[in-house]
Amino acid sequence: MAELTRPIRRLLGRGRDVPASQTTQTADRRPELSRAPDDPAIAVDIPASDPLLAYLQSAAGPVDIARLELESPAVRAMRDAGVALVVPLVSQGELIGTLNLGPRRSEQEYSTDDRRLLTTLAAQAAPAIRVAQLVREQAAEAAERERLEQEMRVATLIQQQFLPRELPNLPQWQIAAYYGPARAVGGDFYDFIPMPDGRIGIAVGDVTDKGVPAALVMARTHSILRAEASRSDSPGEILGRANALLVPEMPARMFVTCLFAILEPETGRMVMANAGHNLPYIRTDDGVVELRATGMPLGLMPGIRYEETEGVIAPGSNVLLYSDGLVEAHDPTATMFGFPRLREAMTIDDAGSELLDRLLDDLHRFTGPEWEQEDDITLVTLRRASGVAEEAGASATAGPTVITAFSVPGEEGNERLAMDRVAGAIADLALPPARLERLKTAVSEATMNAIEYGSQGQPDVPVDIVVETTADSIVVRITDRALSGAVPTDAESPDIELKLAGEQKPRGWGLFLIKNMVDSMEVTSDGSTQTVTLTMAREERTDG
Amino acid sequence: MDDRQFGAEITEIPDEVRVRLTGDLNGRADETLADAYAQVAALGPRRVSLDFGRVGYINSTGIALVVRLLADARRDGRLVRALGLTEHYREIFRITRLSDFMEIVEGDAA
Repeated sequence: MAELTRPIRRLLGRGRDVPASQTTQTADRRPELSRAPDDPAIAVDIPASDPLLAYLQSAAGPVDIARLELESPAVRAMRDAGVALVVPLVSQGELIGTLNLGPRRSEQEYSTDDRRLLTTLAAQAAPAIRVAQLVREQAAEAAERERLEQEMRVATLIQQQFLPRELPNLPQWQIAAYYGPARAVGGDFYDFIPMPDGRIGIAVGDVTDKGVPAALVMARTHSILRAEASRSDSPGEILGRANALLVPEMPARMFVTCLFAILEPETGRMVMANAGHNLPYIRTDDGVVELRATGMPLGLMPGIRYEETEGVIAPGSNVLLYSDGLVEAHDPTATMFGFPRLREAMTIDDAGSELLDRLLDDLHRFTGPEWEQEDDITLVTLRRASGVAEEAGASATAGPTVITAFSVPGEEGNERLAMDRVAGAIADLALPPARLERLKTAVSEATMNAIEYGSQGQPDVPVDIVVETTADSIVVRITDRALSGAVPTDAESPDIELKLAGEQKPRGWGLFLIKNMVDSMEVTSDGSTQTVTLTMAREERTDG
Repeated sequence: MDDRQFGAEITEIPDEVRVRLTGDLNGRADETLADAYAQVAALGPRRVSLDFGRVGYINSTGIALVVRLLADARRDGRLVRALGLTEHYREIFRITRLSDFMEIVEGDAA
């Protein structure tokens, strides 16, 4: 009730010294008040449990507080404060406040006319006050929404800082990764850590909770794992030490699930330890198996030992590491995607990036276009080439190698983020500077189109970006959710003279720039997604 | 991230107003660039020079803002020239034919 009474306090004191009909206009004629000369208002907070509330709710008009027989602390407080008459302010059947008046200045009782006037005043003032209250509540809600949005942006930024800028380039292995943040960014992460003798550490994890707290714990865990991986080559030991460091600093009700594996690319031997994370799937010629290892999540209790398990990834096998955002996604009937579907999807023999694309396609078909992603989704796929034939075939046909795959929230401005990440991922490919700049502009423009049309500017509708290389080209695929249907690719060509003459809008340069920046642009659509594929030769073609 | 915030600083030199642009020239630069041109117009120079030397990124929406400014300047009978564009953005000004309607000066000084 305290909140409800505040907007009308200014009226109250003025009503104390003059008839109610003059209350809002006569502050300059206000006499000295006997009880609180410096406080013009007689404001009394009425606790929600006080019987006076129910009484006022049903009162037909002004209530004489001095004569009211009601066992109520609020009535006593009002009498002590000098309130003589209380006029309930009721809007749409709801008591939203009270008009509290002291004794009449003339020391006479409030007359029938006074009471009628006050009743009329209350009936007119109550809706206006209610509107003011609603406006204030909405402003507070808008401020809270803005705060949450800001927190989400910070969390996204932290998250993206710690995702690998590029994927390991291992002979005979095809590695692909996908990270798709939920609207309320969770704490998923993955990492590839170079280790001695050409081995590679692979971490996939998930921090409970969302937003900035989860992102900060993710960042800390990421750093600890990197540091510990430089001191040990035992996944169990690395997780054990990480747990010991995280326990004392883990916020209440938070923990981290994490799978840490060390892969020997030459032999396919993989040693793994697991802190409560989803078990990886391995597809072999004999079917799909889980590589099992158990252990408590990180940060829950000290002194945990993590068992190690070991396997060999045979040529032609696929490995999938993933977070629970995929298996716990729901379709419109609230059915979960679940492990059986994921396991089934693994039975098809795909190369790493194809497996990743297919899993995402399966997921989007399952959830439908209206899906609001509940949790971050992280997928890491590893495929070992199926012997000499596959490797030779790959080099003979110069098949593509995925060097990075990531998503950006579908929000204006993230085209710059996409551009910078693609540039970072291809930095080692020594693209001639002019070609690099052109590709950056094309990526930025295509992502901007994807955000504007495919995501309609909604941060929770991501744009997926995959960068591949072949022997002579860089290929960037930008996939959106096609919320506005197909991005127009046959728009009117921009004409500077028409634009300067005001006969064409100044905008409309995006597609024109993309086509002029890269060697080829192709647009494909499957109904629920649209992909713009940009291809840029690694060297300038001089043969005309 | 501050170096990406778009800004426009106006300097009056004889017979010319120079607008030193900083940050990213994208859709968010709309109001700042429009305000800058309004100030230029109030000073009434014969020529306005846009100094892109501290602009790190221009996207197609930024190009559209330059087109709008150029249209306004032509309407007012004012010459426009561009300074400090990188080689990449000089190429973009060339293929969009902006360079047919404004002088492109290599380097950052006239």
